[in-house]
This record gives sequence, C-alpha cells and structure tokens, in this order.
Amino acid sequence: MKPMKRVLSIFLVLITTVLAHAQPQEIEMADGMRAEGKIYVVVAILVVILLGLVGYLVILDRKTSRLEEKYKENHQSRP
Amino acid sequence: MLNLKSIWWKSLCALLLIYSVVGGFLMRVPRLSIVNETIRALYYHVPMWFGMVFMFLVSTWYAVKYLRNHRMDDDIISVEFANTGLVFGLLGIVTGMIWANYTWGTPWHGDPKQNGAAIALLVYFAYFVLRGSLSNDEQRARLGAVYNIFAFFAMIPLIFIIPRMTSSMHPGSGGNPGFNMYDLDNNMRKVFYPAVIGWILMGCWIASLRIRLRRIEERILDEAYEKSA
Repeated sequence: MKPMKRVLSIFLVLITTVLAHAQPQEIEMADGMRAEGKIYVVVAILVVILLGLVGYLVILDRKTSRLEEKYKENHQSRP
Repeated sequence: MLNLKSIWWKSLCALLLIYSVVGGFLMRVPRLSIVNETIRALYYHVPMWFGMVFMFLVSTWYAVKYLRNHRMDDDIISVEFANTGLVFGLLGIVTGMIWANYTWGTPWHGDPKQNGAAIALLVYFAYFVLRGSLSNDEQRARLGAVYNIFAFFAMIPLIFIIPRMTSSMHPGSGGNPGFNMYDLDNNMRKVFYPAVIGWILMGCWIASLRIRLRRIEERILDEAYEKSA
C-alpha cells in the first residue's frame, strides 16, 4: 500500500503544478482607476475639450455665414 | 453632397464624437496582453485614417469632376478636402507613433505600415508643392487635378496592399490577421463605427468652412482683377 500512496502523491503534485500553469494569466488593465472613479475625471476633461472645439467650429461657421451675407449685400447695392 | 449650411449633420457630428469619448472610456473592452488598456486608442487613432481616406476620396472625386467640366469651384472643393485629409493623416501618424512607442517599444519602428503611411503623406505634400509652384490658375487646377488622381491611387497600395504582402506588426497587415480579435467584439464596434462617422463629419465640417471662405476670396479677387483690367 505504501508505494501506491507515494505514486499517488507524486501524481497529485504533478497535476497541481500543471493546473497552476494552465490557469490563464491575469492581464493588467486600469481596473483601479475605474474602481476609484478617477476615469470620470479623464472623460470630463476630454468632453470639455471636445465641446470647446465644436463650439469654436460653430463660431467660425457663423462668422463665415455673416461674411457671406455681407459680401452679398455689398454686391447687390453696387450698380 | 451635404448641404454646407444645414445644421443636422453638424449636430450629429458633435453627438457622435461626445459619445465616442464617453463610451470609449467607460464601455467594456476585451482584456488583451501587450496592448492592455491602450486598446481604447483604437477608437481615436483608427478614425483618423478612415477620415483621411474619406477626405482624399472626395478630393479625387472633385478632381475628376474638374477635369470633366473645368468648373473652378470643383477645384476649390478638391483642394480643401485634400487639405483637411492631410491634417487627419498627420494626426494619425503622430497618434500611431505614441501607440507604437508603448506596444512596439519605439515610436518609429520602420514597420511597412508606418513607412507606407509616411510615403503616402509625402505624395500628398508634393501635391501642394506642385500647386504652389504654378502661378497660372487654370494650369494649377488642371495639373493639380491630374496629380491628385495619381496621389490617391498611389496611397491605396502604400497603406492597404504593401503592408499586407510583407510582414508587419500593425494589426490588419502581414501575418497579423487584422482587427478580428477586437473587431469581432461587438462591444468595441458600438463605439468604433460611430467614432468613424463622427470624425468624417467633423472633417467635412472643417473642409466646408474652408470651401466657403475660399469662394468669397475667389470672388473678391475676380472683382479686383476686373476693376484693374
């Protein structure tokens, strides 16, 4: 019975090491940042920058429209 | 073509871009080794290239139109879309370098995809050099249009075909089977495609402003010329 026990224990050790290696490695992600809610700071900053850029484009767009109208008026008033 | 002055597509552009930032940072992404969290850069780096190709496509379309009917307005549209496309390309290459520094270890790896993109941008730089070197309006428009068509068809193999024929580390090239590892991820698609449309619309918006300003400029110059004649 004794050799049987030894073989079994060796087999057990072997299978546990193999299983330990087969376990998928944890891939590092920014989980901490998400858990702490700091990701919202990043999102808020980027949304503000984006809104600022879009707002600036809107202003440029209106300015261009005004220039177009001005040009048209000048053109019509002339003989 | 989109109406340059209507507001609906400009609001759509703003909404899609804001969604791409909020969704791009907060929605789930697959956990992949090497890229880790930087997989999210895909939402912002790749739309730059989609935007560039779209702008250059419109530019070429109007170059062909110019050659067919010689309307100066088509030349203006063609130039301004090429201009905007170049900005997108530069942003794409710089963001790519930042990402490459993290995943490949160096900003300029000499990867076929990087080299091809750089050469494609140089081909388009030459377009503006060619235009700048000609003083006759009609000659500039005609040669520019012909070269524009050449530049577009030089860009396609440089960016899409050659990197696939050689070994490249860039996803979607060489031995790499492409975006399939995250392209198949439906969660990422939900942010990626809206981001692409949003950035294309923003490119159209910027180009439309440049076109409108150029049209006024052109008319003022014409009047000044008529007065002096």
